[in-house]
Amino acid sequence: MASPADGRDWESRETCEPVDRRDFLWEALKASLGVPIALSVVRVPELCGMQEESDAGAERIYGMGIDIRKCIGCGRCAQACKNENDVPDEPYFFNTWVERYVIRSDGEIVVDSPNGGIDGFPPYKEEGGTLRTFFVPKLCNHCEEAPCVQVCPVGATFITDDGAVLVDEEYCIGCGYCVQACPYGARWFDPVKHVARKCTFCYHRLAKGKVPACVEVCPTSARLFGNVGHRANPLAHFLRFNEIQVLKPHLNTKPKVFYANLDGEVR
Amino acid sequence: MQGYIYPNEFELRWSLLIVLYPYLTGLVAGAFILASLARVFNVKEVEPTYRLALLTALAFLIVAPLPLLAHLGHPERSYEIFLTPNRKSAMAMFGFVYAWYLMVVLLLEIWFDYRRDFVLRAREATGPLKWIYYALTLGSTDLSDRALGFDDKAGRWITIIGIPSAFLLHGYVGFIFGSVKANPWWSSVLMPVVFLFSAIVSGIALVLIIYIVATLFRGKQVDMACADKLATFLFYAMVVDFSLEMLDFIHRLYESEESIEILSQLIEGRLFVSLIVLQMVLGTLVPLISLGVVSPALSWRGTRKVPAEVRRLIYLGCALLVQVGIFSIRWNVVIGGQLFSKSLRGLTVYKAELLGVEGLLMAGAFVILPFIILWLLVKIMPPWAENEIPTSPEA
Repeated sequence: MASPADGRDWESRETCEPVDRRDFLWEALKASLGVPIALSVVRVPELCGMQEESDAGAERIYGMGIDIRKCIGCGRCAQACKNENDVPDEPYFFNTWVERYVIRSDGEIVVDSPNGGIDGFPPYKEEGGTLRTFFVPKLCNHCEEAPCVQVCPVGATFITDDGAVLVDEEYCIGCGYCVQACPYGARWFDPVKHVARKCTFCYHRLAKGKVPACVEVCPTSARLFGNVGHRANPLAHFLRFNEIQVLKPHLNTKPKVFYANLDGEVR
Repeated sequence: MQGYIYPNEFELRWSLLIVLYPYLTGLVAGAFILASLARVFNVKEVEPTYRLALLTALAFLIVAPLPLLAHLGHPERSYEIFLTPNRKSAMAMFGFVYAWYLMVVLLLEIWFDYRRDFVLRAREATGPLKWIYYALTLGSTDLSDRALGFDDKAGRWITIIGIPSAFLLHGYVGFIFGSVKANPWWSSVLMPVVFLFSAIVSGIALVLIIYIVATLFRGKQVDMACADKLATFLFYAMVVDFSLEMLDFIHRLYESEESIEILSQLIEGRLFVSLIVLQMVLGTLVPLISLGVVSPALSWRGTRKVPAEVRRLIYLGCALLVQVGIFSIRWNVVIGGQLFSKSLRGLTVYKAELLGVEGLLMAGAFVILPFIILWLLVKIMPPWAENEIPTSPEA
């Protein structure tokens, strides 16, 4: 019998012993158990280490980018946050709010944030000419060196592995030291739960793979959310191609809310 | 409201009760340091107030944490400060500092000082009082010279440990405020030192008031040598305290950091009455000048010769004014520090409520309570020299 044109030895294939289904399944089972066991003996840590190393740049640390030039002061972020996080409606409890800055020609700086910007801003009565105006969305900066975390006497305020600063409401004793320690006025005291509360980056949404509510509703994409450590996401792009500022850098709190086009007058 | 404040700053988180906390703790530390003058530094003149100062410190120390507790959002979780303290938190150490001071310093010193009295009273008293005094001896009824000598020695050593502890107790309270870098009104390295000296001032003034008033009520003569010495020490402590405060003030003014504008507005507006009128003029300058003139602080017989009755009244008036001044200091620190926005662009207002947990009535109760406790303590453990029981021959 002549060999086929492709040169493969079809003849010898037939000489293999036929494998019946039962043997095949048995061998497959042994292999499926054996391989992991073998791998665990043979330098699995190194294999994992390689994996970690290749992902090292992708360590998950959440952060937010805010482009001041894109914010139109609609206040939808503040409203969405209140809805999403069960924040009381009163105009003095906010996880996030929007400030309007008017820098007049005479150097006077007028700032306001009526109801956190939720109802929009009343027309500004121009006096003495206007030099610059802009809106600044504010929220907890989820500081790497968070003063609120430092001062909490019982450790009810903590930083998660992915960089979010949270409050354990079951544990907070309600002393209010964190409210005093936050330089950004980002914390408030819940009049019903009697504990300190703040922005969580919508941690419950992050767990489901969603972005924070304020980011989702922003009509101009002034807010971006993502992994600060990752190199290929919109936040990384934002951080690479803008001049970035953080609030009150002299306090060395190392905020993870990054502003582009932030005016020096903003505190 | 004036200017712009962050929306969350509308409500002041630390209210009148938190003003009381440093005020009461300061009285404790001050009274103890006064007691130590007699015990460790052998200032004989102030000996009539030694025991009174100790009991005053105890009465106020018992009450000092209560306003804190009442102010917590969840007082039922307060024990967590002991169980899971965050070691990085200044406040987390409160429980330990407090417990150390109460258990190791104050109670022990008082016990060693009064043990002989307890034993003698247990022997003399009848009925339940006998058992109360016996319980207070903790079963240690040995009155031999050796045992009494040990009491004295132990008390002395505890006072020596107690002085830095009293410094720690109140310096620490100052640190709680002074270490808040977010707040330019609080954030100052001088804060613990200023707190400490104002504590000494308030403690001496308080014991002076209690001593004069109690002596008059008991129909006895005020020991003027003692009152003069107390007034002299009060004067010295006030000079140091006032100098430190001025140093802090001038330092801030000279540095003129970005917060200077809003802080100036704060002082000229919201805090004018409590800072300039009450703290500076009435609480410091008036008593300082009066004491300087009347007491033997600057010259042996006082710059002006004043009859004892008048001098006594002036001391009492000064000490009362000092209390007003020190309370104002605490108010200006705690409330003042929250009246301006951390945006440094605006001021808010504080209105103390009358009723409620954080109201004026509650605060008033916390101020009166230590006096009631002190009255009880004085009944059980009279601190007066004439009540001293001569040691009967060993039974």
